[in-house]
Amino acid sequence: MSTPVDDWVPSAREVERRGLRRERSRRDLAVATVAAVVVIGGLVVGLVLSPGWPTVRASFLSWPDAKASFHAVITGFLKYNVTGFLIAEPFILAIGVLVAVTRGTVSAAMFPLRVLAIVYTDVFRGLPTYLVIILFGFALPGLQLQGVPKNTFWLGLVALVLCYGAYVAEVFRAGIESIHPSQIASADTLGLTRGQAMRHVVLPQATRRVMPPLLNDFISLQKDTALLGTIFIFDGLFAAQDYAAYAFNYTPITMVGAMFLCLTVPLTRFTDWVGRRAMRRQFAGSR
Amino acid sequence: MSDALLEVTGLRKSYGDKVVLSGIDLTVAPHDVICLIGASGSGKSTLLRCLNLLEDIDDGVIEFEGSEISDPRVDRRAVRSRMGMVFQAYNLFPHRTVLDNCTLAPRRVHGVPKAEAEARARDLLGQFGLADQADKHPDRMSGGQQQRAALVRALCTRPTLLLLDEITAALDPELVGEVLTIVRELAEQGTTMILATHEMSFARDIATSVCFLDQGRILEQGRPAEIFSNPREERTRQFLARVLG
Amino acid sequence: MLLALGCAPQDSSATATDTSSQPTGQTAADCASGKTLKPDVLTIGTDSPAYDPWFAHNDPSNGKGYESAVAYAVAKQLGFQNSAVTWTKVPFNSSYAPGPKHFDFDINQISITSARAKVVDFSDGYYSAAQAIIAVKGSPAAQATSLADLKPFKIGAQTGTTSLTAIRDQIQPNSDAVVFKNTNDAKTALANGQVDAIVADLPTAFYLVAVEIDHGTIVGQFPSTGEPEQFGMLFAKGNPLVGCVNQALATIKENGTLAAIEKKWLSDTVNVPVLK
Repeated sequence: MSTPVDDWVPSAREVERRGLRRERSRRDLAVATVAAVVVIGGLVVGLVLSPGWPTVRASFLSWPDAKASFHAVITGFLKYNVTGFLIAEPFILAIGVLVAVTRGTVSAAMFPLRVLAIVYTDVFRGLPTYLVIILFGFALPGLQLQGVPKNTFWLGLVALVLCYGAYVAEVFRAGIESIHPSQIASADTLGLTRGQAMRHVVLPQATRRVMPPLLNDFISLQKDTALLGTIFIFDGLFAAQDYAAYAFNYTPITMVGAMFLCLTVPLTRFTDWVGRRAMRRQFAGSR
Repeated sequence: MSDALLEVTGLRKSYGDKVVLSGIDLTVAPHDVICLIGASGSGKSTLLRCLNLLEDIDDGVIEFEGSEISDPRVDRRAVRSRMGMVFQAYNLFPHRTVLDNCTLAPRRVHGVPKAEAEARARDLLGQFGLADQADKHPDRMSGGQQQRAALVRALCTRPTLLLLDEITAALDPELVGEVLTIVRELAEQGTTMILATHEMSFARDIATSVCFLDQGRILEQGRPAEIFSNPREERTRQFLARVLG
Repeated sequence: MLLALGCAPQDSSATATDTSSQPTGQTAADCASGKTLKPDVLTIGTDSPAYDPWFAHNDPSNGKGYESAVAYAVAKQLGFQNSAVTWTKVPFNSSYAPGPKHFDFDINQISITSARAKVVDFSDGYYSAAQAIIAVKGSPAAQATSLADLKPFKIGAQTGTTSLTAIRDQIQPNSDAVVFKNTNDAKTALANGQVDAIVADLPTAFYLVAVEIDHGTIVGQFPSTGEPEQFGMLFAKGNPLVGCVNQALATIKENGTLAAIEKKWLSDTVNVPVLK
C-alpha cells in the first residue's frame, strides 16, 4: 500500500510550476484582503458618515442606557428565554418523535392515533405561533377550568411545545422516510420487530440525517421565546422594549439582539459541524 | 417431499396488472445451492422477497421446514429469524460498528447474551478475514468488505436457509472475487442457499441446481452442467450467449 | 362650519399690519403658518387602538374624547379648522425613533420626563394624571387602604408607562410587577385572576371599571412622587411648532376651554380615596 521511497528530485519544470502557483496564491490572498477591507471599510464609512448617524448611534448604541437597562434585560433573558427553550426543547423532540413514528404505523389498532397525529400536525403547523400563545395565555385561563395554571409562563411553554412539536414531527417524518428501504428490509430479514427496527435502525439514522433542520428549529425556538412577552412574561426582549418605551431609547433592544446572537451563533456553527460528520457516515451504503 | 427444507408450489405474484411471477415450483433440500439466473426484470429478486415473506404472494403455497409459511396467521418474524438474506447494497446499519451490526439480531431477537453474541460474531468475522474490521463503522470499509460483513451478519443468527440477492452486482469488479470466495466457502460447508446472480462461471462452479427465469416463469431448471453446456430452450441459449459472450 | 368661522381667531387685520416678529403680538396661528409638514394641513399622530376616555370609538377624528377634543381645540388656535386636521396612526414604539417624523405632533397620553425630553421635544403639559389602582370587587386586594397593604399582591401595569414605574418605586410589591403590552391584556389578566390588581392613570381606570371590567372597582388613587406628572404632546426634536402649540395651550387654559373639556370627558375624581 505505501509508495516505495526512492531518490526522486523535482525537475526544473516542476520547480517552475510550483513557483507560479505560489505567486498566484499570494496574489489571491492580497486581492481577498483588499476586497474585504474595501467592502467592510466602505460599509462602516458609509454608516458613520451618513447624516443621521449621531442620532442613530445615540438612539441605538448608547452606553449609559445599556448599563441602566442591562440588569433587567439579562435577568429576563436568562430567567425566561434561556430557561424557556431549555425546558421546551426536550418535550418538543419527544412529541416530534412520537407523532412521526405514529404516522408511520400501519396496524389497524393505531388508526385513531394516526388520525390524531395528522390533525395535530396540520393544525399546529397552520396556526401562527403567536396566535396559539395568545389562546393558551388568555383564552384558556379564561375558561376557569380546574387545574389550569395561572402562571402564563407554563401556558406559553405548552403553546410553544405544541407548535414546534408539529414542525419537528414533520422533520422526523421526512428523515424516517428517507432511510433506504433495504435498511428496513435488512432489519426485517434479521427478524427484528417493527418497534425494534424503528428504535435500533431507523430512528438513529433518521435523527442523524435531520440534525441540521432540527437544530434550525431549535434556533428558531430560542428566538420565539420572545413571543411569551405577549402573555405578560417579562423576558429579555419585553424588558428591553419596556425600557425603550420609558426612556425613548432603543439601546436595550440592540443589546438583547446581541444576547440572542451569543446563543444562536455557536449553535449554528455546531450544527454545521454535526451535519457534515453525519452525512459522511451516511453515504457509506452507496459503495 | 417432506424432508425438503423449502417447497414452493405454483407461486404467483403480480403488482397491479403486471404479473411478475407465475407458476413457480421449486424444491430446496438441505445443503442445496440453487442459483437463479435470468435477465433483469425476470423476477429473481421478487421471488427471493416472496420466500422471505417480505411480500405477500397472490397464489401458491410456500412450505418451510415442514409447515406452510404463506398462511396469513404465521408469525413472519419467527420465520424470518430462521432465514438470512443479503441484498445488493445498503445492508449494514451505518450508525453502528460491524460488531454491533452482527450482534443486534442475536441479542434482541434470539435473546443471546451480549458476551456470547460478540464472541460468535468475532469468530465468524475472523473466519472470513474481517477480524480487524469488527470495531469499524461501515463507511470506513470498501464495498467488498461491507458485503462480506453483511454475509457474516446474516450468519450470526444461525439461519437454516440463506437468500442472496445479487450481492456482487453493485461492486467494482476487483472486489467481487473476495465476496464470492466466502459464498464458495459457505457452500462447501454445506449451507443451504438460494442466490440470484449474474456471475455465470461462479454459478456453474458451486450450484447444485440452476434455475433460469424468464418473464416470471422458471423456463428451465437443472444441474449446472446441463444448463450451461446444453440448454434445452431457445431463450436460455440466447440469454447464455449474450451473457457469456 | 359657520360657527367655526365665527369663532376663528380674529386677526387677519392684525397680521397684515404686524410684520415684525414680536411674539407677544403674534397669534398662535401666525406662529404656526409654514411650520407644518404639509402646507395648510395639521397632521396629528396617535396610537391604534385609540382608547377611551382619551378618544371615542377608536376614531380620533370624531372630536370625542379628552385628547381628541384638546387636539382640535389646539388646532383651531393654530388656525386649522377641523377639516384641515388629518390623523395618522403612530405605534407608540415608533414615536421616538430617530429620523424625520410623519406627524406634526403625537398626542397619546405620553408622560413628560427629562430623559425623554433629550430625545424628543414636548409641549407644555395638558393634563396632570394621578395613578389609580383597580381590583376585582370583594377581592383581598380591593380591601387595601394604603400602598403598603398592596405589597403581597401581584400587580400589573402597561409597559413603558409611569404606572409601571409607580408600582416599582412607590408600591414595591413583594413579587415582580407584571407587565402588559396594552390595556386590553391588563383587563384580561385581571378578569382571569392572573393578576390581583392593575395600575393605570385615573381617567383610564374610570373607563375600565365603568365599561370594560366586570365587577371592577377603583381601590384608590395616589399621586406620583415628586413633580406631578403631566401628559405632553410629542414633537420631533427642534420642531419650531412647539412654541406655537404652547401658545395655543396657554390660550385655551386661560379662557377655560381646557377645563371645560376636562369636565366633559374625564369624570370628577373627588370621591376616590387617596392611598398613601
